Amino acid sequence: MKPVPFNYLCAYSLEEALTHLRNSDDAKLIAGGQSLMPMLNFRVVQPSLLVDIGKLVELDFIKEDAGDIVIGALTRHNTVAQSDLVIDHLPIMHEALKHVAHLAVRNRGTIGGSLSHADPAAEYPMLSLLLEAIIICESVDGKREISANEFFIGSLSTVIADDEILTQIRFPKINANTGWAFEEFAQRDGDFALAAVGILVDKDSEGCITNLRVGMMGVGETALRLTSIEEDLNGQTYSDQLLDKAVANLSSLLLPNTDLHASEEYRLHLAGQLFKRTFKNAWNMASTKK
Amino acid sequence: MSDIEKVSLWAIVNGKVHEDLIDPRLLLSDYLRNHLGLTGTHVGCEHGVCGACTILVDGASTRSCLMLAIQANGLEINTVESLGSPEHLNPLQKAFNEHHGLQCGFCTPGMLMTATEMLQKYPLKTDEEIRGLLSGNLCRCTGYQGIVDAVRECARMRDSGAITIKDISPRAEDSL
Repeated sequence: MKPVPFNYLCAYSLEEALTHLRNSDDAKLIAGGQSLMPMLNFRVVQPSLLVDIGKLVELDFIKEDAGDIVIGALTRHNTVAQSDLVIDHLPIMHEALKHVAHLAVRNRGTIGGSLSHADPAAEYPMLSLLLEAIIICESVDGKREISANEFFIGSLSTVIADDEILTQIRFPKINANTGWAFEEFAQRDGDFALAAVGILVDKDSEGCITNLRVGMMGVGETALRLTSIEEDLNGQTYSDQLLDKAVANLSSLLLPNTDLHASEEYRLHLAGQLFKRTFKNAWNMASTKK
Repeated sequence: MSDIEKVSLWAIVNGKVHEDLIDPRLLLSDYLRNHLGLTGTHVGCEHGVCGACTILVDGASTRSCLMLAIQANGLEINTVESLGSPEHLNPLQKAFNEHHGLQCGFCTPGMLMTATEMLQKYPLKTDEEIRGLLSGNLCRCTGYQGIVDAVRECARMRDSGAITIKDISPRAEDSL
């Protein structure tokens, strides 16, 4: 397989990369290339210019800033997976990253690339919604901050403009008392999820559900935050019946598709089962920490 | 094609410096096989699923079909040719041989390069860990058991001091 012919420029500074983007009509950015390269090989993407930002070490960092964890766009999956800051303050991200692809892909793939690619069954888009991340994009004109819930507009589609680069992502830390859980089902270790669920939940002083956040992936056009389920369950007392009722509502909230890996019905069923399992695990953790 | 500018590549492949003027769209896997004649790197799916083309880039296992050759500019590449030679297999290759870790051999170069990084960087205390790290490499012959056995044996030999990291690490072409 061969990609279509294109010109190539390697940027050695962010300014240089942004200028190349501004001056070209259909340039594509490449960093780790783990999503873009298959699309180039299949000629799904046919750019006339490829701008390589893989050498911008200034975008490869994980740091603590004003109570948030900020991750540079060029940080590789393996680096995030092994980060102590992530283990301590974003433990659900550490857990979810165990499901991201395979060793060789984790060595190259970047968080910025995964978010820009916006696969509805990938972990980072769902984590950014669940953790209410702020995604920072830059162009030659300056910076803008986009909240994750406004970032994804469809399958493989985001609000990043043609002349912008996603440069860093700001994740608020998870509260130490918050219960969390992440469950994913894929056909093979490291494959894309057929469905996955991430949950954050607190137990209030009355023993009721509060601050619930529910994220799902693989069952819609984009990764999802299920705010209506969150609203329904907040303030309630935990019970199996309560979860069953929430699961019954899923069919009106999710848009799973049928493909050779699984049918729509199967994915919907799977999402419900994973939701119950994930909720129980997160609730148990919140109860233990209380 | 005429308005495409070739780009110059400088990389260290198996300990030897290579300089070339190449098309930007040239895949690293094709560069290694067709330009350098290093056909030990096998090309299977060409979209990052099978793992047959796995090599080491600056010591990290990488799918060479998911990397442009020009992205390797300034970096160090190691292919299966830098492990052992047919006359002098390295301990990992010997273990694959002894444990029937291969039949047709198509996936083997990728398996060996992935396992090389695993042995250099990971504890490999359980089969679960070994299988998890190998999961990006597909084999349609062996059923994986022999491969896992081979990697486990090497990890034990490494831990007991019977072999050193150097014994299972890539070597420069001249020293083979």
